[in-house]
Amino acid sequence: MTLSIRIIPCLDVANGRVVKGVNFINLIDAGDPVEMANFYYNEGADEITFLDISASNGERATTIKIVEQTAAQVFIPLTVGGGIRSVSDVDRLLRAGADKVSVNTAALERPNLINEIAEKFGSQVLVLSVDTRSRADGAGYEVTTHGGRKTAKIDALNWIKEAITRGVGEILLNSMDADGTKTGFDIKMIKKVREIAEVPIIVSGGAGRVSDFTDAVKVGANALLAASVFHFGEIRIADVKIAMKNAGYPTRQIQSNP
Amino acid sequence: MIAILDYGSGNIRSAERAFATTGLPVVVTRNPKVCEDALGLVIPGVGAFASCMAGFLAVDGASILKSRIEKSRPILGICVGMQILFHVGTENGATKGLEIWPGEVSLIDNEILPHMGWNSVQAPANSNLFRGVEAADFYFVHSYAAKTAVSGALNAFTEYGETFLSAVETSHISATQFHPEKSGAAGLKLIANWAATL
Repeated sequence: MTLSIRIIPCLDVANGRVVKGVNFINLIDAGDPVEMANFYYNEGADEITFLDISASNGERATTIKIVEQTAAQVFIPLTVGGGIRSVSDVDRLLRAGADKVSVNTAALERPNLINEIAEKFGSQVLVLSVDTRSRADGAGYEVTTHGGRKTAKIDALNWIKEAITRGVGEILLNSMDADGTKTGFDIKMIKKVREIAEVPIIVSGGAGRVSDFTDAVKVGANALLAASVFHFGEIRIADVKIAMKNAGYPTRQIQSNP
Repeated sequence: MIAILDYGSGNIRSAERAFATTGLPVVVTRNPKVCEDALGLVIPGVGAFASCMAGFLAVDGASILKSRIEKSRPILGICVGMQILFHVGTENGATKGLEIWPGEVSLIDNEILPHMGWNSVQAPANSNLFRGVEAADFYFVHSYAAKTAVSGALNAFTEYGETFLSAVETSHISATQFHPEKSGAAGLKLIANWAATL
């Protein structure tokens, strides 16, 4: 009788296609986000996240269709992030079948976007996605944009605190230092964020081994998000769940979906 | 036919698709006549208690409910759709509920809120809703909950810092604090169990 640790695969989508890090052998079309979401649903994923990295509004319209098709067959929570700039963007996605949305750059540019979304739909639909990096002078963590290439000149912990006060219901913590390294999640930073965040924390960036997942839970992660290790079949969701169970952390039992 | 009451914004499409897996026709509607006459009525719910209640009353939900209760027609409340069946909600100040069941819906006592994710349910013996999925986990997203068992009903409980009411089952009115439409195979089974009683 305890809340399970969630394991969340993330799919980067542009113009209706999964765009990177995909190398499935069992799928007919590894670039089809609907098919991949379905695959992960059957693999025992606890949620699915789509990150829309489309370059144009025209491409983004395609994402709505993908969300609709996914929601028709995948009966677990679906979070969509990328390019969300207004309450009407959120409304469109929720109506299409998304359960949660994540905001990042647009909220940095106009923090009141958080209040507007939370007031209209409730905090439970809103995830703050934060791309963090250790400051060059070693004084904590800063928020970055453009995939870690630019600094937003804001302290990450302050921004997270502010966003929670404004109404986000969950934090997606992406470590730009750990991302792609496969040397584990950013344990130090997770600890710091856990101290100040009274909402669930999803951690992302750096997963390489199953023990990385349990290490992050040990310091307070409530959910773990990964992309390439799952897409390349290096780690299966079931492997993570077994490791969790062995470490004494609760996970949802995987049942076969109809 | 199953009618899903459409009384506000949010993700209603998933509910529609999930209930359609029962094989019964499903309509998402706020037409009072359709809602009153449907074999089963689903009251979804997202957002805060007060706004949910306001939306429900705005589509004349109270008369729909009264009519269905008089005719013993099944109702299933989900999440805030369960919460508003109680006397009062304390989210953003006290708000009067539909007063079908006594008790209040109050903040869960836990450091980390919302209670978000998969949790287990202590299903009551002889439950119809949980038949075959007594040991399954279900998906929750909420910060408030009813804490006191409804007398004369089958009550299911879940633990998150404290024990709260995660489902209530009576002969015609049932409700779940979790989202069966988002709870994978277990959720679809629970929906099928409910639909089989219609």
